[in-house]
Amino acid sequence: MRYAMVIDTLKCVGCSDCVVACQTENDVPIGFCRDWITETVNGSYPNLDLELKSERCNHCDNAPCVRCCPTGASHIAEGGIVMVTADECIGCGACIESCPYDARYQHPDGYVDKCTFCHHRLEKGQLPACVSVCPTKCMYFGDLDNPNSEVSQLLKNRKHKTLAPEAGTNPHVFYLI
Amino acid sequence: MTTSRRKFIKISALGLGAVAASTTAINMFGSNSYIDELVKQNVSKKFKRTATYCEVCFWKCAAWTYTNEDGEIKKIIGNEDDSHCYGRLCPRGTGGVGMYNDEDRLKTPLIRTTINGEETFRKASWDEALDLIASKFKGIKETYGAESVALIKHGAPGSHLEHLFKAFGSDTIAEPAYAQCRGPRETGFNLTFGTWVGSPEPTDIRDTKCLVLIGSHIGENMHNSQVQEMSDAIDKGVTIITVDPRLSTAASKSKYWLAIKPATDIALMLSWMNVIIEEGIYDKEYISKNATGFDELKKHVSQFTPEWAYGITTIKPEVIRETARAMAHAAPSVIIHPGRHVVWYGDDSQRARAMAILNALLGSWGRRGGFYFKEAAKVPNFPAPAYPEPKWGWKEIGEKYPLAQMGITTEVIKCALPDKENKYPVKAIMIAGTNITKSIPNKKLLEDAFDALDFMVVIDTMPMDVTGYADVVLPECTYLERYDDIRAATNREPSIAVRVPAVKPKYDSKPAWWMAKQIGERLGLGDYFNYDDFKEVIEWQLKEMGTSLEEMEKIGVKNYPRKSGPMYINEVETYHFPTASGKIQLYSQELLDLGFDAMPNYTKHPEPPQGFYRLNYGRAPMHTFSRTVNNPNLNDLKKENDLWVNPKVARIIGLKSGQEVWLKNQDDILSSFSIKVRITERVRWDSVYMVHGFGHENKKLSRANGKGINDTELISKVFTDPIMGGTGMRGNFVTILTENPHKNTEI
Repeated sequence: MRYAMVIDTLKCVGCSDCVVACQTENDVPIGFCRDWITETVNGSYPNLDLELKSERCNHCDNAPCVRCCPTGASHIAEGGIVMVTADECIGCGACIESCPYDARYQHPDGYVDKCTFCHHRLEKGQLPACVSVCPTKCMYFGDLDNPNSEVSQLLKNRKHKTLAPEAGTNPHVFYLI
Repeated sequence: MTTSRRKFIKISALGLGAVAASTTAINMFGSNSYIDELVKQNVSKKFKRTATYCEVCFWKCAAWTYTNEDGEIKKIIGNEDDSHCYGRLCPRGTGGVGMYNDEDRLKTPLIRTTINGEETFRKASWDEALDLIASKFKGIKETYGAESVALIKHGAPGSHLEHLFKAFGSDTIAEPAYAQCRGPRETGFNLTFGTWVGSPEPTDIRDTKCLVLIGSHIGENMHNSQVQEMSDAIDKGVTIITVDPRLSTAASKSKYWLAIKPATDIALMLSWMNVIIEEGIYDKEYISKNATGFDELKKHVSQFTPEWAYGITTIKPEVIRETARAMAHAAPSVIIHPGRHVVWYGDDSQRARAMAILNALLGSWGRRGGFYFKEAAKVPNFPAPAYPEPKWGWKEIGEKYPLAQMGITTEVIKCALPDKENKYPVKAIMIAGTNITKSIPNKKLLEDAFDALDFMVVIDTMPMDVTGYADVVLPECTYLERYDDIRAATNREPSIAVRVPAVKPKYDSKPAWWMAKQIGERLGLGDYFNYDDFKEVIEWQLKEMGTSLEEMEKIGVKNYPRKSGPMYINEVETYHFPTASGKIQLYSQELLDLGFDAMPNYTKHPEPPQGFYRLNYGRAPMHTFSRTVNNPNLNDLKKENDLWVNPKVARIIGLKSGQEVWLKNQDDILSSFSIKVRITERVRWDSVYMVHGFGHENKKLSRANGKGINDTELISKVFTDPIMGGTGMRGNFVTILTENPHKNTEI
């Protein structure tokens, strides 16, 4: 089992529904977020490209946050999900600094928080909240170890990229372009 | 009541807002792991779900409100059986939780009073506020007639109050959704096809092969099912053609983005008609069978070549030809989208006509992938006496505009101005669910009218700017706390949805149905409100429709099979269009008889003078006009608007991204607040752009107050559509000020 998320930038409209859905699903305090939208504009008027996409923890195989965590609170759980055990976290912030995606924040209660791929929903057979709410259905989630899964098929058939590949993190959020 | 200038009160006498409840969910201590705790929080905790439909915008998506064991609203999720949302709410619907939780909500009735020479509000009991409203309404009825009490409304509260007003004898009713929004397209399409477009638009986007968006920015307007269907269409390889001076989100997903010079859309459309007819690529069979006036149209557009349009629109002739052919290639599965907020330059009904005519030439009306024939479920009226017949109402007030099909807000408001010639004096206004100082242009007109009124009531959930002008403010509870009418909008299949309260109303807020009934009873209209709880009305209606509230509470949405016939034109039979001729009217005798052009023409509109830029405005996906800016969840996503400026312009003026600037329009009107510059290639050098709905003046909106600029306050020049009274708002020009013009004055 290797969970992965695939996001189709050709469909994303950057509405931020994924952000609110994550906040209400996971009780993320107002002012913080586990996922967010970025906008990139290239070219000059009127020859322009606009890319909108939803970003979050990349649940890397080679996760710098896990390597640098002094207590072991940051760890890789089943399915490759990078997790933080809140009561083992001392809030030192090393992981926040090490993450090339700026995907972590310090919760007001002291520990570091981030996207969990909605682990608690996966256990019930539900998709992550962001994927299930997206009005453009531009987000896909599944098991990369299964060659027939939707995510495997999309990555097989469509042009795609990952973020900051130069960081060598082997991220598991993919963007169709 | 005679007042001196009606001072804007920033609801300063309101009690302190409740401190926001902490949403912290996770206790760091005493749990085995973060996951265990999360699982405990989200899984083992029992959620109760309650059926509703959303009121954060007016798409009315059916949803489930999830409350936990403590009775807190935790999340709202779309209803999978609903064709408005297909189980997925938009960010505003998901963030509806914040509308309920907003600690700045109106909490008690308020009455205007004067303390030490200062106008302010004091808290009042419901009885006192309602008694006062009833006695004022009665007094005005005795002196001037019930017609002199006007209602300006929007959304679900509007229908309850409309019932009250009609029972009272007033049909002086209007809503900004018409003359400030979609009115012209309803008139334009009605003249052509005999049918309103309506909401949701009957655009068959999921099956279309070519979607043409003219200044319509689906994806920034989150008209939910349309956004979803556009995405599905992208998967199926749709060709999107976007005509917009700005690189909208939709433009970025388009095969063709036509970066048109603003205010020249009709010229482009005329040249498209020219190409489609000259090249013989229109739907000949459909036109000969279903349309009248083709020969006149052909003759009319023969002069409007792509070369002619190039000089006006800046769109190259070969691009005009190529896009026209792309549409014809996809026809009849092509949609020239009617748009929604279409009050631009005053010739808007004619622009809507041009869109309708293009759809007709391509044979898309009543065809798969074009426009489907919509159908709504019929909800029986709860028994009530017939309404009295008013002597005059919105129709008479708007008589100058022969094809107005609904009340024109600005005309109703003008009736409040002191004028001996005024045949239709408006003495009191009730405003419900609409913040009209941010939706109706020409702020001076509004303030003069408010000033002249004997009495003004505002009903809202939030201390919106307009509440500051009221004599009485009534706090409405949110949609999550009340019953409302059964939703029975038009769609592919008829359906109904119910709104059931998930929690009790917070603070001392009440549903609008209750306010209408209470005022009605005080006016001796109890017979019109023959129920104790609006629930009884819904129960009766649902029973009549062969279902029950009990069933609807379980399913939320019920879909019915169509009764009105097929969704598309049956090619074998002759379809009767509900127009005067029974056919699509390419040439409009009706318009000609009223003294207007029978077919659309291009008119040149004013251009910005030196140093000024056209003020364009639009939507952001996470906000609905001005009503969501203070919502804690949605404010978190976008706290203020910014001013989009082309890099060339920024260079000339010497602007930096993030710099604070002020705006002044062509009539020397200054923006109340500043706005941050966003330098982007996405806008033209002759215009600037901002998202509508920001720049709230009311200090009680703790998050929204003073953040960004209210575009509407800079719209003092209005281009009125002579056909239906729409208020064109895209012809205002602004200059950018880098120094604070209010430095020495207090706002």
